[in-house]
Amino acid sequence: MTRYILKRIMYMAITLFLIATISFFLMKLLPGSPLNAENKLSEEQAAVVLEKYGLNDPVPIQYLNYIGGLVQGDLGISFAFSNTPVTDIIMDRIGPSLQIGFQAMLVGTLLGILLGLIASVFHNGFLDYGSTVLAVLGTSIPSFVFAGLLQWAFAVKLGWFPVALWEGFEYSILPTISLLIFPMATAARFTRTEMLEVLGSDFILTARAKGVTETGIIFKHGLRNALIPLVTVIGPMAVSLMTGTLVIEQIFAIPGLGEQFVASVMVNDYPTIMGTTLLFAFLFVVIILVVDLLYGIIDPRIRITGGEL
Amino acid sequence: MKLSKFSLLLALGILLSIFMVACSSGDDGGSTSSDSGSDSGGETAEGSEDVKQVLNLLESDTIPTMDVSMATDELAFIYLGNTMEGLYRLDKDSKMVPGIAKDHTVSEDGLTWTFNLREDAKWSNGAPVTAHDFVYAWQRAVDPATGSEYGPYMMGGVIKNATAVNLGEVPVEELGVKADGDYTLVVTLEKPTPYFESLTAFGTYFPLNEKFVEEQGDNYATSSETLLSNGPFTMENWKSTSTSWTLAKNPEYWDAETVKLEEITFDVVKDAQTRVDLYEKGEADRATISSDLVDKYASHEDFTITPEASLFYLKLNQTKSEALANVNIRKAISMAINKQAMVDEVLNDGSVVSNGFVPTDFSFHPETNEDFREINGDLVTYDVEKAQELWKKGLEEIGKEKVELGFLGSDKTQSKITNEFLANQLESNLPGLEITLQQVPFEQRLELDTSENYDIQYAGWGPDFLDPYTWLNLWLTDGGNNHMGYSNEKYDELVQSTVNELALEPVKRYEAFLEAEKILAEDAAVAPLYQSARAQLISPKIQGVVKNVMGATYDYKWASVAATE
Repeated sequence: MTRYILKRIMYMAITLFLIATISFFLMKLLPGSPLNAENKLSEEQAAVVLEKYGLNDPVPIQYLNYIGGLVQGDLGISFAFSNTPVTDIIMDRIGPSLQIGFQAMLVGTLLGILLGLIASVFHNGFLDYGSTVLAVLGTSIPSFVFAGLLQWAFAVKLGWFPVALWEGFEYSILPTISLLIFPMATAARFTRTEMLEVLGSDFILTARAKGVTETGIIFKHGLRNALIPLVTVIGPMAVSLMTGTLVIEQIFAIPGLGEQFVASVMVNDYPTIMGTTLLFAFLFVVIILVVDLLYGIIDPRIRITGGEL
Repeated sequence: MKLSKFSLLLALGILLSIFMVACSSGDDGGSTSSDSGSDSGGETAEGSEDVKQVLNLLESDTIPTMDVSMATDELAFIYLGNTMEGLYRLDKDSKMVPGIAKDHTVSEDGLTWTFNLREDAKWSNGAPVTAHDFVYAWQRAVDPATGSEYGPYMMGGVIKNATAVNLGEVPVEELGVKADGDYTLVVTLEKPTPYFESLTAFGTYFPLNEKFVEEQGDNYATSSETLLSNGPFTMENWKSTSTSWTLAKNPEYWDAETVKLEEITFDVVKDAQTRVDLYEKGEADRATISSDLVDKYASHEDFTITPEASLFYLKLNQTKSEALANVNIRKAISMAINKQAMVDEVLNDGSVVSNGFVPTDFSFHPETNEDFREINGDLVTYDVEKAQELWKKGLEEIGKEKVELGFLGSDKTQSKITNEFLANQLESNLPGLEITLQQVPFEQRLELDTSENYDIQYAGWGPDFLDPYTWLNLWLTDGGNNHMGYSNEKYDELVQSTVNELALEPVKRYEAFLEAEKILAEDAAVAPLYQSARAQLISPKIQGVVKNVMGATYDYKWASVAATE
């Protein structure tokens, strides 16, 4: 197990190195430069600025400098926020995104599993159709539509929650609800489908024949098996939710990473774009590892170390 | 075995929770700062009838820098203008009033300006504001090592040797600014510059406390702690990436008695509907409204249109397209756009049609005080018949029946609608014209502009100082913003004369500007479209906010909160 995890961590490092390399060179191919916005800059001044950010060096040198800094945890200095390290920008902005994403993921998934379970247990009944309609609505209507509706109804009209901004837990409730609709609907759909399949399996029949209670069948045998494909989908979804959703962050004026990432792209702030890209990649590979570990926990037949069964 | 796997799951969950708590603790810090802002707002200003002198305002974006030498955008200049003070500042009528300078004298040749500084001005750390602070700041702004964009732009050709210093040809000590003792500043200009006084109110010309700046090093102006104020307010709870901050009354400001507001809190809210919702809930005292929401809120009792001094126009590149090199075709394009329909139906935010190249309510005749726009009148108006006549004539002259032109514009949602409107107007009103839209991000548009790689470009400009020169120097041959191959010898002569031989003759100088503007219209160098405005909901309790046409768009020095009931 430890060896497996260490091996995976090594692969993760290699993956991140490759992502850093590829995105660095892709960035160099992008049209425009961070100086384009500075239309009043003379050639001499532009040269000073380029020198300051090390952009005068040949690209291979810039690459080596970047990777060298990266190894030491230095993501460089932002072009857009003068003299501000990218690490500071990320640390300032990641908190709200992670909090809302995590809350949406957790509550959404749990509610989704519950809905899926109910739908599968009451298959072809009113509750099944009801949860299916909810799931379809949740996956087909964009989160910003929910966001606008929630804001209007619960903040503007009823005044139960703050309209926007970021000043405490209550400010995270409406954005979380707006975001959790999609993972909830996805979890409900997957759980329902898998549960129906599992509940129709031979081993469930055997379990019933052996006198296992219905609760035992649903939770011990059914749900456990139904969770495997769900974990596969939820993992990557968690990353996209926790790294910030531009529209939700914009509607609720949340100082998150998604909004910052787009702003950086708009002004060619290369170090910030690179830094956030690498962070997204890092979270992604970590989640993939967690998902792989979860497989083994949920279903002991999946051996993470491989080999003997 | 089973137990250990579930333990692992539990451990993972706990780890993730710890991570979340660690992250959210940072947010709490942010909220505390914001809350503390509100708390201290409980104080009331003297003589303000017990009304809390606190405003809660919204901002469109973060402030990229608070370093006077590095500031380039509107937001930075607003906060610099409120936390710092230059030699002069603009009052509510856009007139210069004393700031750190008590008064000044100008030598007969207009080249030497001697400013007498007040001795009671202090930095927020208690240090006196002296002439040396101006010398240091101005030298820093043009020092090539600083990498300032606005320093050389605003001082080059104005302060003696600014350009030479910036090019590294002479040392910074040679810059035409000297301290004669602690409270006398002597400035030597490159040539007489009638608008120099208004430049001294601009952020780039603000002073800096050398000791403090040098102590902070690279961290200078990256957070409230690394900033010093000598103006009406201090910046609190701010760092480069902040989406909320506070302006607090600066007790060390020499004119602190005039400042009534104790505190102004700001939150960045980019979504227009959210801004309005916050306003309606009473959580914000002012909200800018985007065009799409104007109809919905136009009947609101707090709805206000604030005129601005920015002009928008079409740049017609005469180097790339044979058609646009033809003056009749350019004139036809200028006259083929229904600008009234554009401001009423497309922009819908209070913007007004512009039929000239200098905005209205910006510059006034030195003797008659008549508005520039009123004197020269409507130079380029919408006239389809005339446009088609000129178009036909132009096509004959270039020997073509059809013309294909590219239209370069911004890719922002509102701009896209405007781009399409303009392209449609041109295509429908000028038979044989085919427009291809090219909608790109701002940075890419600037690159295409600099390389003159476009045919028609939808662009705009805001003034840097209070003088028609800020507009008319744009179109000088090889001018910094020309980038469209426009060149007219007579025009160059007239505009250049305003900063040379006519510099000390205000009336003749003004008349030269008027004459030059007519040439621009005659040549149809650019096609003027509109002068922008800002649609907002503004609480009636906000009093005395000065809206400037240049520099700090909003000045809160004279602002206060009035009782609304």
